[in-house]
Amino acid sequence: MINLALEVGKTPAPEAILFWILAPLVLLAALGMLLAKKAVHSAILMAWVMITLAIFYIAQDALFLGIVQIVVYTGAVMMLFLFILMLVGIDSKDSLTETIRGLRPIAILAAVGFGGLLISLIGRSTLGHDEVGLATANEAGNVPALAQLLFSRYVWAFEVISALLITAALGAMVLAYNHRITSRPTQRELSEMRFRTGSLANAAGLPNPGVFALHDAVDVPALLPDGTPAPNSISATLEARGDIIDSRPFQLGEMEEEK
Amino acid sequence: MKIASIIGQDPGWLILVKALFVFIVSVLLVLVAIWGERRIVARMQMRLGPNRVGPFGLLQGLADGVKLALKEDLIPAAADKVVFIIAPIISATTAFMAFAVIPMTGEVTLFGEKTAMQLTDLPVGVLYILAIASVGVYGIVLAGWSSGSTYPLLGGLRSSAQVISYEVAMGLSLVAVFIYAGSMSTSEIVEAQQKWWFAVVLFPSFVIYAISMVGETNRAPFDLAEAEGELVGGFHTEYSSLKFALFFLAEYVNIVVVSALATTLFLGGYHALPGLTFTESWLGGWFTLIWFLAKVIGFFFIFVWLRGTLPRLRYDQFMKLGWKVLIPVNLFWILVVATMRVLSLRGASRVSILIFASVVVLIVLAVNIAFDASRKRVIPLSSAEIPKPNFPVPEIPAPRAEVPHV
Repeated sequence: MINLALEVGKTPAPEAILFWILAPLVLLAALGMLLAKKAVHSAILMAWVMITLAIFYIAQDALFLGIVQIVVYTGAVMMLFLFILMLVGIDSKDSLTETIRGLRPIAILAAVGFGGLLISLIGRSTLGHDEVGLATANEAGNVPALAQLLFSRYVWAFEVISALLITAALGAMVLAYNHRITSRPTQRELSEMRFRTGSLANAAGLPNPGVFALHDAVDVPALLPDGTPAPNSISATLEARGDIIDSRPFQLGEMEEEK
Repeated sequence: MKIASIIGQDPGWLILVKALFVFIVSVLLVLVAIWGERRIVARMQMRLGPNRVGPFGLLQGLADGVKLALKEDLIPAAADKVVFIIAPIISATTAFMAFAVIPMTGEVTLFGEKTAMQLTDLPVGVLYILAIASVGVYGIVLAGWSSGSTYPLLGGLRSSAQVISYEVAMGLSLVAVFIYAGSMSTSEIVEAQQKWWFAVVLFPSFVIYAISMVGETNRAPFDLAEAEGELVGGFHTEYSSLKFALFFLAEYVNIVVVSALATTLFLGGYHALPGLTFTESWLGGWFTLIWFLAKVIGFFFIFVWLRGTLPRLRYDQFMKLGWKVLIPVNLFWILVVATMRVLSLRGASRVSILIFASVVVLIVLAVNIAFDASRKRVIPLSSAEIPKPNFPVPEIPAPRAEVPHV
């Protein structure tokens, strides 16, 4: 059983060495991806699995496929995943409680089914067969041969899939679209608004927090020259969260005569 | 003989020698780049720049490296330790890897073996560089995430969004080159430019690549990921000592790599300037290395010039430039290039190609005029419109007489 992978395709020695080094690593990474508690760790291991797969493709003379696998999946798709995951924050861990009941057995069934399908398909096409046609397929070079197939025999499928992807992208845009009722004020309009409406006190921007107070921090309001706190010197978000320190202790009292 | 087949016959020891050569060249270029940048920016700001360590301050980079290595290595308590350590390593290693497919010389003889100074020649060499670059960004993004702090996180987020959008523009600008060269291998693209540089033939692609490569390397005016004015240091705020040095190294190696790629794709690679092709056989072909390095350093000078001149873009302006200008212009240009290429390959007469080109130019002009006409005009404010405020304001000073420049 252990020698199966070596015998099936009569793998040349360097490729076999590559396989026996990378295959255990990729399996470990795949397991780790499932078992990791933090989503970002899973994403990193997933990227590792994808890159290793690309190396396998390249070792099997599918150079273009391997490189594109890295550019598209590792470079773009996983990066988008990371982009979302980063919004989750460093301390969050996946909760392991089932939110939808009965999902776990269905997932296990689907995984086993998919695995069985892959094993049977690959087994049927490789076990007891010699590999044929790789040299003829790559005769004009890997890239031109792929291009030839993609833009002649499979051009219909290619176009249909791209139409599908564009539809999906459009759908996502429609879902995310937010209709503005008024046009967004330009920088100039904002500037004019600051000067022409209300008092000129805020024309130069809002005061910084912590200025002239005893503590210089974002959660301490600035003190005005008369010693009273300036409420608009603190971010509204902090105020809503209640993360502000009471400014009264920091107020300047009556000036004490220095002795 | 094709470069690819010459390289293919390299014995094992020669491959090792060449790997070492590639590494040494990139490290030396980085040292020169750091020194050069500080001296040139200093010149632009009327300072002297580092001039104490070594002749002309040339060894300043080494001194800085020693200083960085001796600093305390901090890992924040809130950081994700493993990822925090892996991130700079990813950045630095991937930066060096891209150099493997850059052709630095033509045919030369090294220790009695005929070869070319290019570690390997892949049929998809340029895509390989794109792939490596996209893995390299993981370093920045993961550094931002794993620091467990707000500013680095924002820097990492910006960086990932930036790279996703500018890699599209960058990849599209390469398409025209592939169409004209008929290959994605770096050495063949260089060979295809013996007569005309692609910077001339495919000028729009060259401009778009030049803009997006500044975006890719996180350099001013596109250095939003580290933006010291808003984000302290961005993704590397929490890094110190050698880990910071690795990011520093990676940034400069990346600059050298994109400059080398631009040289290869658009400026004829190691070939001499037109009219000076006889120099290519000097020193047994090694003179081509000097041409290559000169072009790369020229590109690097532009990087420094940009940094010395332009202010940082606002984030939304940067995104708008990428998605609404560079990508649509690029797509239109690819259509034009593809049509021209098919016309000339099918043996269409020169007249029909010229007619097609002029129709395209007319369409561009028409679109431009229509766009200009439909744009909202900004009506200048007249002074009568401004209400007189009910508080004392200083008198507007009368225009002064021109002071002669001394």
